[in-house]
Amino acid sequence: MMEQKLVVDALRSATEGVFTMMLGMEVESGTPCTDTDDPGPSNGIIGVIGLAGGWVGTVSFSCSASVACHITSRMLNAKFTEIGEDVLDAVSEITNMIVGGFKTEAETYLGPLGLSIPTVVYGLNFSARTVGKEQWVVVPFTCGDDKFEIKICLTRNRGLPRFPVNAAGHLAAR
Amino acid sequence: MAVDVLIVDDSAAIRKILQRMLGQSGFPLGKVLEAGDGVEALEKMKSHSVNLVLSDINMPNMDGIQLLSELKASADYRHVPVIMITTEGGEAKVMEAVQLGAAGYVRKPFTADQIKEKLSGLF
Repeated sequence: MMEQKLVVDALRSATEGVFTMMLGMEVESGTPCTDTDDPGPSNGIIGVIGLAGGWVGTVSFSCSASVACHITSRMLNAKFTEIGEDVLDAVSEITNMIVGGFKTEAETYLGPLGLSIPTVVYGLNFSARTVGKEQWVVVPFTCGDDKFEIKICLTRNRGLPRFPVNAAGHLAAR
Repeated sequence: MAVDVLIVDDSAAIRKILQRMLGQSGFPLGKVLEAGDGVEALEKMKSHSVNLVLSDINMPNMDGIQLLSELKASADYRHVPVIMITTEGGEAKVMEAVQLGAAGYVRKPFTADQIKEKLSGLF
């Protein structure tokens, strides 16, 4: 994982922006921590987006079903009490906007990044797994009584071909 | 004058939010049409008169950039202002949209005031 503070700050900024502007909700971020577990609560909903470029990784947004319903209710100005198409779509879009905001900030020091199409999973007693032993940075948030987490796993893309780069950061002529 | 708007986004949530924000902003909102991608948007425009298009960039089937190209290449639609709504922070896509004739762009997340400001000079 690269400089953790940069990553955490970018995630906080992106998350606060989405919740304040789109939901009219103030969020508070807690103390970040690291773990080697894969993302996802055992129960609830999780939105996942992959990052690819000079660095590769995954960002996840996870919360309980009730929090997802509450967020969707605020987002769409209607009452939602159970997981359905609207809630899945809302969580997908929230994940997309958070990661999009993170990408904009992170590209200033990570270089260009591409985003995968968001995936949203909802279920009971599920587990998720990624290959490898990369460290995850977990940023917890609270929003009133609601809690959710943003997790990120980011590592240098070792699969990229190595081209000579000159001092200005441009590819050098061969 | 009431402005008939076509909102194009593959997220139903974003379409609903945009519609709500347009209503809240004091914008003279007329009829609102929705489409989930560029292909559906073009179909809707064939059968409905539209004064404004708000379009996401990243969508399946036909993305917002291609939709914008199609509209600006059409004698029937090139006069319709198109505002791009994007999560992409990358300047390249935004610049491409502006060069193709987009009337402006808004980055997600956005507020009702930002939407109103973008539309204030158009109508």
